[in-house]
Amino acid sequence: METLGHLAHGFAVAFSPTNLLWCLLGTTLGTAIGVLPGLGPALTIALLLPITYQVAPEASFILFAGIYYGAMYGGSTTSILLNTPGESATIVTALEGNKMARSGRGGAALATSAIGSFVAGTLGTLGVAFLAPVVVKFALAFGPAEYFSLMVLAFITVSAVLGSSSVRGLTSLFAGFVIGMIGVDLQTGQPRFTFGMTELLDGVDVIIAAVGLFAVGETLYMASRRYAGKDEIVPLKGSLYMTAAEWGRSWKAWLRGAAIGFPIGAMPAGGAEIPTFLSYAIEKKLSKHKEEFGTVGAIEGVAGPEAANNASAAGVLVPMLTLGLPTSATAAIMLSAFQSYGINPGPLLLTTQADLVWGLIASLFIANVILVILNLPLIGLWVRLLKIPAPQLYAGILVFATVGTYGISQSPIDLVILYLLGAAGFLMRRFDFPTAPVIIGMILGPLAETQFRRAMTISNGDWSVFYKHPLSLTLLTLAFIGLVGPHVWAFIEHRRRRGPEHVPGDA
Amino acid sequence: MSTINQPAAPPRLAVPELSIGIGLLACAGAVAWQTLAIPVSPLYSKVGPTVFPYLTMVGLVVLSLLLILAALRGGWQPEEEKETSTDWKAMGFVVIGLLANLVLIQPLGFTAASVIMFVLVCYGFGSRHTLRDVLTGLVLALAAYFGFAKALGVNIGAGFIENQLNTVIDAFTSTLGG
Repeated sequence: METLGHLAHGFAVAFSPTNLLWCLLGTTLGTAIGVLPGLGPALTIALLLPITYQVAPEASFILFAGIYYGAMYGGSTTSILLNTPGESATIVTALEGNKMARSGRGGAALATSAIGSFVAGTLGTLGVAFLAPVVVKFALAFGPAEYFSLMVLAFITVSAVLGSSSVRGLTSLFAGFVIGMIGVDLQTGQPRFTFGMTELLDGVDVIIAAVGLFAVGETLYMASRRYAGKDEIVPLKGSLYMTAAEWGRSWKAWLRGAAIGFPIGAMPAGGAEIPTFLSYAIEKKLSKHKEEFGTVGAIEGVAGPEAANNASAAGVLVPMLTLGLPTSATAAIMLSAFQSYGINPGPLLLTTQADLVWGLIASLFIANVILVILNLPLIGLWVRLLKIPAPQLYAGILVFATVGTYGISQSPIDLVILYLLGAAGFLMRRFDFPTAPVIIGMILGPLAETQFRRAMTISNGDWSVFYKHPLSLTLLTLAFIGLVGPHVWAFIEHRRRRGPEHVPGDA
Repeated sequence: MSTINQPAAPPRLAVPELSIGIGLLACAGAVAWQTLAIPVSPLYSKVGPTVFPYLTMVGLVVLSLLLILAALRGGWQPEEEKETSTDWKAMGFVVIGLLANLVLIQPLGFTAASVIMFVLVCYGFGSRHTLRDVLTGLVLALAAYFGFAKALGVNIGAGFIENQLNTVIDAFTSTLGG
């Protein structure tokens, strides 16, 4: 019940007129960038990071959280009407949603995804409010060794377990480590990886990394495949109201989606791909209208994954706020916003920054209400955004990318680094390397190093701290299973399937 | 039972993927070189500033070897990406636009450099309404400059053009308003 008191206090913070305005601004901006292909919440929040020098932490986090939630709502609109998933989390929404739009039921698809997002987002936010204090109690027992092991586990899950290849995911992660180590080592004051350049002493700003990988890289990628076929916007037909039958088919999918999405998001693994795909598979299995899947579009196939997506987005906030452990690129950039205020997210955050945390959580409830209004009655506005032609859209993204980068220190060196990272981002897109682990490695790598060195200092240089503490050992074992398990499994499967082919005379 | 007559065709070497693997190995080399350049004070002999760099280097070496191995076995680029031919001309214009921005941003100021980049990138993406793009780029760059940079308190090198253009936007807004 303590939580309710905190929440009431949080609402008092969030309902202040200025904070409401920040929330409105964030959700509007978030929906817009969610709708626009090529712009995502990670990039937008990175570009807006300088705001942390201007306003109170509450205001900027309410803004960032609004963008984060808003992008999830907006992304589904693009998936449904354009069949171009704005983000990896909305790939599944495009599967059925676009089919529904093509068969004239776009309105219902948009409605079930917006209301489903609202239901799941609200449930997920409630989950954050009630789970966070529990995790904090648990996390207070963590020492540096446990933190390090937990980060190792998160590194493995975000790079090796999710995604198409563990080698490429880990490569991205390690590239992030290298970028994160550039600059002065905070514990000894030694410059590292600066190649003798004074410009690199401060390290590579996360803004440059995010803008380079997500904006410049994406623009180069889109330019390179200009002829790869264009998706047309499906005109929005039919009413936005769902029929009673559609409500009936949606609500269970929403609840199931939320139940799948939140726990997976809240685990140190994070990521929205797994819960959305899982929810899709479950809805397909349970549906009484299997024939609609992949043909005219099944409403459950939109409702479930959309709910799972939003609930897992909320879930990601739990490890971020309680352990300082970001498991998505957006969360990693929000963590760097905390650092910019000199705040260290961790178990003490809920008590030392109660106004900030509970104000933020309360503002998420408000954001959900604003977003369902923005995305249903005002949907026509966002559909218009989809009509911005690609040349001007991407050229405009580059203009803002320049503002964000050049504004940091007015140094052309920053632009050179930006372009180099953009080229890297392009190659990563072409060759199927995930980009989020770079950002996570860059932000979380130095934190892991700090915990590692702390643990080693306490243990007097004895490596056994990492496996003699039972909790730390458990976490490392889980990480090892996450890394090796899928390969062993694939090997066994491969062997079993290959077996009969080797029967003599088979050729 | 022997497996001498394996029917599997010899896997084709994938050159782009191989270059990525070798490039990454070179990066690991650069990491090693830079790590050796870190002076280590004996005071920090327990876990100094070089332990993590070395761990990262080892990781990168292992990963690049695995990538090279995958490249020798035929690579990993998704079919869909392989089949899409690269539009070098479009990319070229985007790259020229970016470089123009880099070279011009100091002498000309943010706005002028951005407009030039905007027009080149639009052209690369296939827009042929260059005059309209100049105007769009100008409005956008100024919006970025005044709305974004000023609001965030970010200083992005205001050249004389920014000040000169103040009068232009005034005229522009009055025509739009009228």
